[in-house]
Amino acid sequence: MTKYKMHLLVCGGTGCRASASDSVVEHLKMELENKGLQDEIQVVMTGCFGFCEKGPIVKVSPDNTFYVHVKPEDSKEIIEEHIIKGRKVTRLLYQDPEKKEAITDSKHMDFYKKQIRIALRNCGFIDPENVEEYIAREGYMALGKCLTEMTPQDVIKEIKESGLRGRGGGGFPTGLKWEIASKNQADQKYVVCNADEGDPGAFMDRSVLEGDPHAVLEAMAICGYAIGATKGLIYIRAEYPLAIKRLKIAIDQAREYGLLGKKIFAANFDFDIELRYGAGAFVCGEETSLIHSMEGLRGEPTIKPPFPAEKGYLGKPSNVNNVETFASVPVIIRKGANWFNKIGTEKSKGTKVFALAGKINNVGLIEVPMGTTLREVIYEIGGGIKGGKKFKAVQTGGPSGGCLTEKHLDTPIDFDNLIAAGSMMGSGGMIVMDEDNCMVSVAKFFLDFTVEESCGKCSPCRIGNKRLHELLDRITKGQGTMDDLVRLRNMSNVIKDTSLCGLGQTSPNPVLSTLDNFYDEYLAHVKDHKCPAGECKDLMKYFIIAENCVGCTACARACPVGAITGEKKEAHFINSETCIKCGACMERCKFDAIIIK
Amino acid sequence: MTKIKTLADLKKMKEELQTKVDLREKGDSAENYVQIKVGMATSGIASGAKQVMDFLIEALEKRNIEAVVTQTGDMGYCFAEPTIEVKKPGEEPIVFGYVDMKKADEIIEKYIKLGELVDGIIPVNYQVIDDK
Amino acid sequence: MEKVKLTIDNKLVEVEKGTTIYKAARQLGIDIPVLCYMNLEGLGIENKPGGCRICVVEVEGRRNLAPSCSTDCTEGMVVNTHSMRVINARRTVMEFILSDHPKDCLTCSKSGNCDLQNMAIKLGIREIPGQEYAAMSTYKMDFSPSLIRDLDKCIMCRRCEMMCNDFQTVGALSAFKRGFEAAVGPAFEMDIEDSTCTYCGQCVAVCPTGALTEKDHTREVINALSDPTKTVIVQTAPAVRAALGEEFGLEPGTLVTGKMVAALRRLGFNYVFDTDFAADLTIMEEGTELLGRLTKHLSGDKEVKLPILTSCCPAWVNFFENNFPEMKDIPSTARSPQQMFGSIAKTYFADKIKVKREDLIVISIMPCLAKKYEAQRDEFKVNGNPDVDFSLSTRELAHLIKQANLDLKSLPDEDFDKPLGESTGAAVIFGVTGGVIEAAVRTAYELHTGKKLARIEFEQLRGMEAIRKATIDFNGTPINIGIAHGLGNARKLLEDIKAGKSEFHAIEIMSCPGGCIGGGGQPLHHSDSSILTARTKAIYAEDEGKTIRKSHENPYIIKLYEEFLGKPMSEKAHHLLHTHYFDRSRKIEIS
Repeated sequence: MTKYKMHLLVCGGTGCRASASDSVVEHLKMELENKGLQDEIQVVMTGCFGFCEKGPIVKVSPDNTFYVHVKPEDSKEIIEEHIIKGRKVTRLLYQDPEKKEAITDSKHMDFYKKQIRIALRNCGFIDPENVEEYIAREGYMALGKCLTEMTPQDVIKEIKESGLRGRGGGGFPTGLKWEIASKNQADQKYVVCNADEGDPGAFMDRSVLEGDPHAVLEAMAICGYAIGATKGLIYIRAEYPLAIKRLKIAIDQAREYGLLGKKIFAANFDFDIELRYGAGAFVCGEETSLIHSMEGLRGEPTIKPPFPAEKGYLGKPSNVNNVETFASVPVIIRKGANWFNKIGTEKSKGTKVFALAGKINNVGLIEVPMGTTLREVIYEIGGGIKGGKKFKAVQTGGPSGGCLTEKHLDTPIDFDNLIAAGSMMGSGGMIVMDEDNCMVSVAKFFLDFTVEESCGKCSPCRIGNKRLHELLDRITKGQGTMDDLVRLRNMSNVIKDTSLCGLGQTSPNPVLSTLDNFYDEYLAHVKDHKCPAGECKDLMKYFIIAENCVGCTACARACPVGAITGEKKEAHFINSETCIKCGACMERCKFDAIIIK
Repeated sequence: MTKIKTLADLKKMKEELQTKVDLREKGDSAENYVQIKVGMATSGIASGAKQVMDFLIEALEKRNIEAVVTQTGDMGYCFAEPTIEVKKPGEEPIVFGYVDMKKADEIIEKYIKLGELVDGIIPVNYQVIDDK
Repeated sequence: MEKVKLTIDNKLVEVEKGTTIYKAARQLGIDIPVLCYMNLEGLGIENKPGGCRICVVEVEGRRNLAPSCSTDCTEGMVVNTHSMRVINARRTVMEFILSDHPKDCLTCSKSGNCDLQNMAIKLGIREIPGQEYAAMSTYKMDFSPSLIRDLDKCIMCRRCEMMCNDFQTVGALSAFKRGFEAAVGPAFEMDIEDSTCTYCGQCVAVCPTGALTEKDHTREVINALSDPTKTVIVQTAPAVRAALGEEFGLEPGTLVTGKMVAALRRLGFNYVFDTDFAADLTIMEEGTELLGRLTKHLSGDKEVKLPILTSCCPAWVNFFENNFPEMKDIPSTARSPQQMFGSIAKTYFADKIKVKREDLIVISIMPCLAKKYEAQRDEFKVNGNPDVDFSLSTRELAHLIKQANLDLKSLPDEDFDKPLGESTGAAVIFGVTGGVIEAAVRTAYELHTGKKLARIEFEQLRGMEAIRKATIDFNGTPINIGIAHGLGNARKLLEDIKAGKSEFHAIEIMSCPGGCIGGGGQPLHHSDSSILTARTKAIYAEDEGKTIRKSHENPYIIKLYEEFLGKPMSEKAHHLLHTHYFDRSRKIEIS
């Protein structure tokens, strides 16, 4: 086997690939061949590094050089300078935004310092299309251990003791879920992996599947052994072509190596996995909807009980876990429950992956121990608010989470604390908002999504959310009344109280949490017809500052509706009744005389 | 390709494959290993640094010494090329000059293995080569 | 059976494990309002999607409210069905539903008979806050020969979908689109006419709003009755007389045969006849066909098609033409009683009264919506003139009677006109599941064996089980009979035939639960299956009260053969009383 002296790890996640990282790989290989170094330096396309803001990323191992925003044409310089001459290419290094200096070793980057990677341990580290790299990282050892040294009960006990809770949002104890499924007797049971990641801006499951597909396969087999299932199904959205491709490769390789199939590790255990594709309906992330969709039925929820563990896919006991939950399982088995449950808080063990988005410097994917505070995540890992603006709120838990404020910043993040604060863990979306975000608009934005994604089965979610959205729309247009605010809260409470599934039971959260935390902003819209953040177009007015206006008439000529009047060489005036707020006047004015307020 | 039939098969395969990701794993926690940086600027390459690096990698592996060998730019000691910097876990780095294969072998055997000092140490006022 | 104890509204109740809160509350006399939930007890028909959320109740220790229709009781549960939290939620949800529902109640055909309207009344809804700026989900109207779909009024209760898919296995209706735009209809929002719909009308029978209604033909009938150049005659199906009274406040199961005749006469029909007459005729034809095939079979003919399937039910005919076209030579070729009546009326009777075919209008009163489609089939027309001009449902007849200011309850009992108004008990029981085959057996037995039946009632053919089987001893020859009501049940028997596993010689199939008494054109049962049982009893009572109870003994049938048709299965009978079937299976092309 060739002994490589250096590895060039190139991010092959969907984000970096969209910025031509596959072309970077080709160019690097070409340059290496040009220099005759192809046998000394290995180029590996890995899964996501998480630091998507800066992609495409090339990491040089073993010296931990972290190149960002790498373009294919940079390949030559990397090879000639760094690889041959040992001189790091400074212009491509990540710069510390505070100290404004290049960081040569990725371990010194704030983004990675506080992270502990369990679910993402192999992402950005191994070639996900090569099972041997996974095996080199102790892959399938956990499955081997389960099948040769542990009884199914032992496995369940280990998972229970680890304190692992479902990472898909609900936070249900995973071990308990497995135990229930194991106790329901049936001729056939199923292990289902929920890879129907649907929160806007969330991509942790996609990253795991793209970066470390075997971890999920191994965990599903472990689960199959624990609950007595021989079939695994991964329900994945068809919009994840790269994850699907890598899963297919991984499944084929695992079968080829005998890690899936009959009599795995010579034990009396058969297990195989198939893919099922979802059409991208958000509600199909809810487990009963997911199962119906896999059965070829309309993707909509049914009342629980019966739980999938009793009556799931094709009426058989089925255990549904999310991708990230599964990805944590092999490590727990290998390192033991006691290793895992030392990480995290009292009731939420281990780590959680979050997708950082919004007005934050380091947009990307991070994995931190439970109990890390929002402040640490936003300011240390996330690098603070973009453009040095003031932090206003952070929305956790996806579209049906709540907006948390300054006063929650020091709350340690775990399942229970987030719920107590009026939000939720959800699947791990984190959208940061700054002073320019209008909270009424934010609530409306999230309702936009839930209105679109409601399946329509139950009336409160089907119609109620639409009505909430209509009210919010009116408020952002300055048409809301004080009565509307009362109705908004009542409707939200009833929708939460009466909806059939988790979608409707949480969809009013953005409304309720903004009503709670930003009531003043609602009042400003309703009473003063003003949007304090300046986001609601309908509430903004264009004014001419008389002192600055020279009466050049440019604005009046630009106005398409004749809303601007005034004599030549005298200050002009905008009739706000007629004004359609197109902004043409402001663009035309050379004297900064036109402002929006 | 043979199938993995038993856990022993898997363990064996894992041992064989370990080298595939060794480099990356060590890079992630280099402070736990012997770290060797080889000065590889033009002057270094001309004076045989590349051969020294190859030798170090091979020899360390043969002798089962867990080490991370990386290259670096000009160390500023052109007069003493090829130069290498050796840092043992928990110790200060030491720079050796005029390292050829024979010298490299000596550094491994004496300094790295036994902690004995070897001739050719470039003393004091040097700059750590991390940042060029 | 394991029992659980719980408290509902401070009252202790013990129920079997697996009982829902809704049912447990009913045991205590607490009627929790339900909208989407529907249960036809004893028929195995239940709809509980848990979608409307009207029936929510508060359960102590539970985070959110529980839908009582689909939440099982647990030991020690404490339920409150009318806390302020519950009442507020119920009203708010109802306001949501109504905010997306048209407010044209005054002209809606369901007005006064609408579950949604009744719920609005019960919950005291007086205004819909924000209605003035609330968007409404709107859809195109869909008209077909039998039913009309106005999905603006759909509240997603899914009852129709359940009937069409689970009970009938027709699969014409399913939910489409999602969220606010979601509604129930054929795939790709195609017209119902282009779908596999059989027009059984069970969707209409269960729809709680005006979203699914029959195609109303009362206007056409009024026009015919007011045209002095036309002779207008009417036939009434057996199941109508057992249900019409309900529309006038009479107890379910009250027979109103005589009053119905009186009402029709007062409406101005020139002759009031009975479809039952044609039912007797059907038995003569179908029974002879059965005996013919049986005789061939018993003498060793391997080619003969058995079992013979009844063909009176038009939705059933549509069903097998759609789904089992390869078996279209198995059902009896006998036309349905409605069509036999029309055919005889426009030939034999028209001749008798010397009225030209074009000037004779035949109206039928049916418990059925598929009959509207059947009447329009091309094969039942002569030079474009249909044998049956218009078919009204029981509900439409009730509307007509009310419009005419007639008080059904106080009308005298009158008799049908002769000759097409005379019928036997065998014809009456066509209205219930198992009745057609029982009538056929009564005649076939006597014709085959030459012996008189000692006992006319065949109890083994009666009942409400989905699929029933019985063996009748035909003088040493055992005849195996199968009965199914509901097309899903029929499908099972058909699959057996297809697989060569069927043990039957004859099978009766009716599309609707309980047979025609549960038809899609009947007064709405509002999910009370005891109404269907009461109608069934009434039908059997009518049979028992008849002096003649076997079709072949109907003197006017005997006369019809003597004067006109010759004998059963004669060439003339074949021409006028039999039909053929078509392959109507279709592929849906997605463009």
